[in-house]
Order: sequence, then C-alpha cells, then structure tokens
Amino acid sequence: MLVTDRERLKEEIHAWADQYGHSRTALMPILQEVQARYRHCSEYAMQEIADLVGIHPVEVHGVVSFYSFLTTEPQGKFVVRVCQTMSCDMAGKDRVALQLVNDLDIDFGETTPDGMFTLEWASCIGMCDQGPALLINDKVYSKVTPNQVHDIIEECRATYGVHALQKEGH
Amino acid sequence: MIGKLTFSTIEPNSGLQAALKMGRVDIIGEVATSGLKGRGGAGFPTSVKLNLAAAAQDKTKYVVCNADEGEPGTFKDRVILTDHADLVFEGMTICAKAIGAKEGILYLRAEYTYMRSHIEEVLQKRREANLLGDNILGQQGFSFDISIRMGSGAYICGEETALIESIEGFRGEPRNRPPFPVDTGLNNNPTAVNNVETLAWIACILSKGGEWFKAIGTDKSTGLKLFSVSGDVTKPGVFEFPMGITVGELLEEVGGEGAKAVQVGGASGHCIPQKDFGRAIAYEDVSTGGSIMVFGPQRDMLEVARNFMEFFVEESCGQCTPCREGNAKILECLDMLDEGACSMKYVREIKGLCETMQIASKCGLGQSSPNAFLSIVEHFQDELMGRTE
Repeated sequence: MLVTDRERLKEEIHAWADQYGHSRTALMPILQEVQARYRHCSEYAMQEIADLVGIHPVEVHGVVSFYSFLTTEPQGKFVVRVCQTMSCDMAGKDRVALQLVNDLDIDFGETTPDGMFTLEWASCIGMCDQGPALLINDKVYSKVTPNQVHDIIEECRATYGVHALQKEGH
Repeated sequence: MIGKLTFSTIEPNSGLQAALKMGRVDIIGEVATSGLKGRGGAGFPTSVKLNLAAAAQDKTKYVVCNADEGEPGTFKDRVILTDHADLVFEGMTICAKAIGAKEGILYLRAEYTYMRSHIEEVLQKRREANLLGDNILGQQGFSFDISIRMGSGAYICGEETALIESIEGFRGEPRNRPPFPVDTGLNNNPTAVNNVETLAWIACILSKGGEWFKAIGTDKSTGLKLFSVSGDVTKPGVFEFPMGITVGELLEEVGGEGAKAVQVGGASGHCIPQKDFGRAIAYEDVSTGGSIMVFGPQRDMLEVARNFMEFFVEESCGQCTPCREGNAKILECLDMLDEGACSMKYVREIKGLCETMQIASKCGLGQSSPNAFLSIVEHFQDELMGRTE
C-alpha cells in the first residue's frame, strides 16, 4: 500500500469514528464502512480502528472473522452470493450456481483474476418465495434462470469503471 | 402478497394516538388482554416482556426491533418493512411510551441493505410529522427516536442477546440468560427486543383494542399471524391466517395439496408428515415464527435434512461445544446415510446426541437445530435407511 493510500484510509477511518463515535459500539458501523469502500478490512485498518476505539487489534480481528460480510482478504468489486437454503434449492439453485461457475470461470469462495467478481454461498437471504435468488452487493436477483446468468454478469460489468463512464458520456 | 393484510386496514398512527392518552399500566394492560406472544418464533408473552422492562428503575432504556430475519423460509419481515414500516415504528414508539425509553434501534440484517434507504425515508417523514423526536405529537416529556444498525451476515444475531452483543461491537455470541435483556440488555440497560411483526401487531392492538385480537385464534395462541410460504405450492408468498389453523387448511389456501411433508418453523422447526396435517399451527401444538416450507411427493427428505444441517454447521457461533460439534456430527451421520453406510445403532446414538444438544446448548440455535433431523428420522426412516446409489 502506498503511503498516500494509507494516509487516505487513516483519514477516512478517523472521519467515520467522528461520525459513529470513538467507542466499541461504533466498531461494527466503522468496519462496515471500511468493508464497503475497500472490499476488505486490512490489518492496517484493523490496527487503526483498534487504536481509535481503545481496544486490542485482536479484538477487532475477532469481530471481522465472525461475520460473513466482513473479510480480511480483498473481495471482488461485485460479491455474488447465491442462496443455498432449502427453498432456493428446490427452485433450482444448483443449475444457476453451476452456470455462475462456468461464466465467471471460478469456483465458490474464489475471486476472478481481474478482481471484478467474488462468488460465494449465502444462507437464506429471505427471498424464498422467489427463488432461486442471489445477491450481488446490495442488489437482489430473484427467479434467476441459468440462461440469465451471463446477462446479469455483463450488467454488473457495464455499471463499473470505464464502461460506466463511457455510458454517462464522460 | 396474497389478499389484504390487516396491517393495511389500520388508520395510520391511531394506535399511537390512543397510547398517548394512556398511562404505562394501561398500555401494557391492553397488550396483556390481547394475549400477544412474540412473533419471531419463541412465543414469549409480549406484555410480560414490556412489564419487566417498564418496572426497571434505570434512567436509560432501549426499544430494539429485531429485523435480523434469518430463519430459512422466513421473509414476512421483508414484506412488512417494505409495505408497513410506519406501523413497525409506531409499535416501537408505543413500546417506548410503555417502558419509558428514549432510544430505539432497528437491527437490520445485511442481506436487506437494499431496504435501508426506504426505511430511512420513512423515519425522516415520521420525524418531520413529530411522530418521532422531542415531545411527540405535543406530549411534553415524551421523546423518542429510532436509528438503524446493520448486521453483517450472521444468523445467530437474530437471537436477542447475540443481537445486543453485535450492536455493542462484539462477536455475535449469545449471552447466558438470566440476566435477561429486559433487565440487563444493551450497554447493561433494560432493553425490550421485539420482532418486526410483534411491533406491528402492538400498533394494531392499541388501535383496535386487545379484545379484538383475543377473539381471534385459540385460547393459548391469540390473534393473527403472518406466514411465509415457499416450496412446492402454487401460490408462494406472505399470507395472514388466524393462529390455530391446521397444516392441512393452510395447504389448501396456498395451493399445496398433495404435499408429502411440511417444515413448520424453518430449519429449527419441525417436519410434519402428511398423516399429521390435522395438527394446529399454534404455540401449544406446532409453533412457528411463520416459516412454512412445503415438500411435494418427489422430494428426498434426506436432502432436506442435509440442507438444514449444512445451514446449522455454517451458522453455529461455535461458542458452546454441544452445538458446534453436535451439528457437525448430525451432518456426518446424514452423509453416511446418503452413502448407505450407516447402521441403525449409529442413528440411535446420534439421536441421543440430539437430546444432549437440546438440553446442554447455550441458546436456541443448538437447542432447536436437532428438531428437523429428529422429526425427519422419526417420520421418514424408511426413506433414509439402506440406500443404494
């Protein structure tokens, strides 16, 4: 990490701590902000947060490792979470999952080499009446069929980076 | 959603206006008359919870809305928060008045992040209408506001003490109870944690009266309940039925006739076979937080049990041994059954382990996670034993 990046991360963490508080109750919201912006909670970030809320960094690591939406390793820009619980299973989640593996060319638990997509299983996401369902970052996709998978992935790509800028006419 | 929910027939804020004219004792009395029990699944009498929190002498108290809806097959809270968030916040405000709290927290699961902006808007409108904030609707000294806290993907945080741990910035590991949250909750202050649906019903009850609610349902399970229906039915979705409806009656309403079994209460609930479809969905018979998963004749019940156990192995917090190790052992047994390599003696041994888990686990997760396995083994043993490829 470049020194300037570190400085920026540190400044942001300080700003979040000012917003949410310098106490342990602020820990989750700060970590959630770091995760959303940097797609993981780095050792440096955890150390910095620990200092700010006055606890040992191991305590912060303990919290990060507990929650499945917080990670110590960088995730892709798009985290694809496929609901694996019974209702989505009966609705045909296996075929959708297989097509995701094929189209992204990675296995579950992996991130594409370009850092765009991470593929994960999720426990019930509360879309049982409209399965198979998946979450991509904060967006829900319901009644997904295997032949929609390609378009969903391309739709994500189109909303990110240079493609998105071209669309907006920059 | 199918049909009209009672929630959409309630005059907005009529429950709150009624509560503002009442004292604490009368508000809680109305809830007690209704017989309302916790709609998240545990079924604890709501008025008792409020009474205990109200009786505490502490200056700081909290009202927490548990929107960490993670039980497999449950999505009613998603629908309530999308269509009737106002009613939930009205219920929270009534609770605040009843117990003397100034601060409310909505704990929303990370999987529902997409609802957050809508919920924030609803809260903001309520602040602008003086339904939240200082001196609510002109009542001097009654101030209450609600903030949102997000979960981060942990089923166990739906357990109320784990939820509190999470808000406090800890791993979501349940606490020993007692002390209960109504006494020693968030930041060691009295805290009334209620399910989304329970809070919405509180608002309805204050609007229409406890007697109205009590007249519906059975003696021990009063009122109406929302059900999340999924699986092999023609009409999956959220339904409202009176408590005490039988499994068979419910199946007719949702287009699930001909089902082989129904999982009532999600992964931690019980699997009801066809011969028991006459049983009632009520606290005194088959209890549920609202999850109804229907399995058609073609479903492999071993796969069902395995899916649920995979869920519990993943979601056990790992804090206490019976739950952490027990769930893994049950799953291992199911894998052996699947390979046709499991003796009846071993199945019985695992059933013994299930009993240990039910008694010795620290929280509801480990106490109830063997239910699905036990009921499937009991009713579908013939399907499980002696498998070939």
